[in-house]
Amino acid sequence: MRRAAQWLRRRAACVWGGLRWACGDDAYERYRAHQAARHAGEPPLSRRAFYEDTQRRKWSGVSRCC
Amino acid sequence: MMRKISAALLAIVGAIAIGGVALQRHEPINALWILTAAVCVYLLGYRFYAAWIAARVLSVDASRATPAERLNNGRDFVPTHRAIVFGHHFAAIAGPGPLVGPTLAAQFGYLPGTLWILVGAVLGGCVQDMIILLLSTRRDGRSLGQMARDELGPLGGFAALIGTLIIMIILSAVLGLVIVNVMKHSPWATSTVFATIPAALIVGLYLRLWRPGRVLEGSLLGVMLMVLALLAGGWIDHQPVLRPLFDYAAIALAGFVIVYGFCAAILPVWLLLAPRDYLSTFLKLGTVALLAVAIVLTHPQIKMPAVTAFTDGTGPLFGGKVFPFVFITIACGAVSGFHALVASGTTPKLITNEADVRLVGYGSMALESFVAIMALIAATLLDPGVYFAINAGAGVVGATPAAAVQTISSWGFPVTVEQMQALASAMGERTLFARSGGAPSLAVGMASIFGNTFGKGLLALWYHFAIMFEAVFIMAVLDAGTRVGRFMLQDLLGHLWQPLGRTSWYPSVLLASALMVGAWGYFLYIGVIDPNGGVNILWPLFGISNQMLAGIALSVATGIIIKSGKLRYALVTLAPLAWLALVTTSAAWQKITSSDARIGLFAAADDLARKLALGALPPERAAVAPQLIFNQRLDGWLTMLLLAILWFVILDMARVCVRRLRGRPLRSSSEAPYQSSRLQGAAAQARP
Repeated sequence: MRRAAQWLRRRAACVWGGLRWACGDDAYERYRAHQAARHAGEPPLSRRAFYEDTQRRKWSGVSRCC
Repeated sequence: MMRKISAALLAIVGAIAIGGVALQRHEPINALWILTAAVCVYLLGYRFYAAWIAARVLSVDASRATPAERLNNGRDFVPTHRAIVFGHHFAAIAGPGPLVGPTLAAQFGYLPGTLWILVGAVLGGCVQDMIILLLSTRRDGRSLGQMARDELGPLGGFAALIGTLIIMIILSAVLGLVIVNVMKHSPWATSTVFATIPAALIVGLYLRLWRPGRVLEGSLLGVMLMVLALLAGGWIDHQPVLRPLFDYAAIALAGFVIVYGFCAAILPVWLLLAPRDYLSTFLKLGTVALLAVAIVLTHPQIKMPAVTAFTDGTGPLFGGKVFPFVFITIACGAVSGFHALVASGTTPKLITNEADVRLVGYGSMALESFVAIMALIAATLLDPGVYFAINAGAGVVGATPAAAVQTISSWGFPVTVEQMQALASAMGERTLFARSGGAPSLAVGMASIFGNTFGKGLLALWYHFAIMFEAVFIMAVLDAGTRVGRFMLQDLLGHLWQPLGRTSWYPSVLLASALMVGAWGYFLYIGVIDPNGGVNILWPLFGISNQMLAGIALSVATGIIIKSGKLRYALVTLAPLAWLALVTTSAAWQKITSSDARIGLFAAADDLARKLALGALPPERAAVAPQLIFNQRLDGWLTMLLLAILWFVILDMARVCVRRLRGRPLRSSSEAPYQSSRLQGAAAQARP
């Protein structure tokens, strides 16, 4: 029983994580992790500045179709 | 062994389903046959053809590092799990095109459209999307235009740029026309669509000011606001005081769409465009899934004949024979050149492993094609008489309901004024006559599917839900298209005078946006004043331009395949290219030279000019005739330009191939050098 509950909880966490990734909900956390790992010295962007910048990059090319 | 058995089973089920579709010619056929045949065809294409192309033609190398890995910046270049890239890519390519095209092509019957969607997707569209995606992935995510320039030459690249700009203009105009026809004199639809704008603004502010980047929360808030907008629209429709405030003629609504498009192009993206896109994506994925479930549950009968008499070119929605016009009417859903722009844009920067291009490129397009099949089912399950009454323009069937039903019944598709009246009031509308553009008849079809599945009492609500769903993502495409067009124009203008090329300089932003909106706004305005509905001219023009873009993409792909020494596999892209060149050229040729005023653009202009000179037009039509005449000639010249661009690129590709085969020097390949991947397969990147 406890094992089943554990399995269920793990699956749910997995689905939730996938959903957050797919929507870009965790984009900032992933960006912070990337900065910490690769560019530890540089100050990272704030959450708001990162969001604005991401949107600007996304919408300056063809990203929606007929 | 299991894989062989499953493939054999798929082949058998698919063959039975296709046999069912083909043999039941004189009795009504169930939509489930078509759905089953489609799914089997896609799975077989994916399992065998796509795998073969990936292995032999593209030499996909799972050990090769992709730009997402090499250039990982934690932002646009990010190795991403293939299921998520698939979702992103599908959400990006699936627009209103595969809903509108098949609905219009249903005038030929269900069979021509179904066959073209299946064959075109499996052998053409999916192949194009997958190959362009891989070629761009191997070139650090470069765009189609850049690849054309690098591999063919500067002229080929310039032609691709101009072609893209033209398709953006025509696409925006025709989509604008579709939503104007949805909203005209429909207070419920108009108020709901209007209300989605403040809803998007609220979500935009939420995501920027109050909870930056919390996309899930913002989208949830947005979806609730949309449902509220839908219900409020129904309430407003019953308020005698509020109702007239949202009751507009087409021309006023066109003005609104034009002003809206201009605002969307110059406002910051986070305020309107981005939040609207989040909402439209959620709505889109949800509705597509809901529609698939509902069709399987209700398995409706198709009422349209397999092939109608209109294959001879006399169709009321648009003129022209089934060949070549079914092949340009259905572009998205079978082959869509526009996809090549997305497949060489954001998506290649997310691919973790080259092997993922099969699922992301081929698979996403197969799913989009499946959406087109569902749209075709939704259109053909209506009584044919009802379908024609909704879609045919007043100029074709007559301006009054009595005249329209008489004309349509005389074609052998009986329909009565009472039937249309009852349908309109069930859908919560005053009238459904002459709502051309495909969206309203699709919404009626969807509402009847949803109504049969989830309860008939809510037909009006389902109808307006379908309308909102279409309008929201049409407007998302309108915003995004205008914005990209603005950037491309600024890039071009920058060559004339350097400051105009700066994308953040406000005078340049205003000028380029005004030019772009002015260009599509013009075609939209003409479409609105055209008594034949305008869609009959604009949609074929859009189809021709989209297939022209596919021709450019397939030319670039063929050129690269031959340059890489794989001449014997060139037929993989050359065959769809040859077919597209044939249908596009023959359609464009007929549009230019046909003496039938229902097909030929110049013939239509001359015909109208003659009637105007003779005084044979009623005064309200005489008033707009000079503008229509000018526009038809302009469209004729535009068609010639599109045709010239297509053949210019094809010949440029042929020149490069001949040089290669003769061993003459060529531009070197722009492929990024091989670097071994250090990621432990896609599994390591699976989830955070």
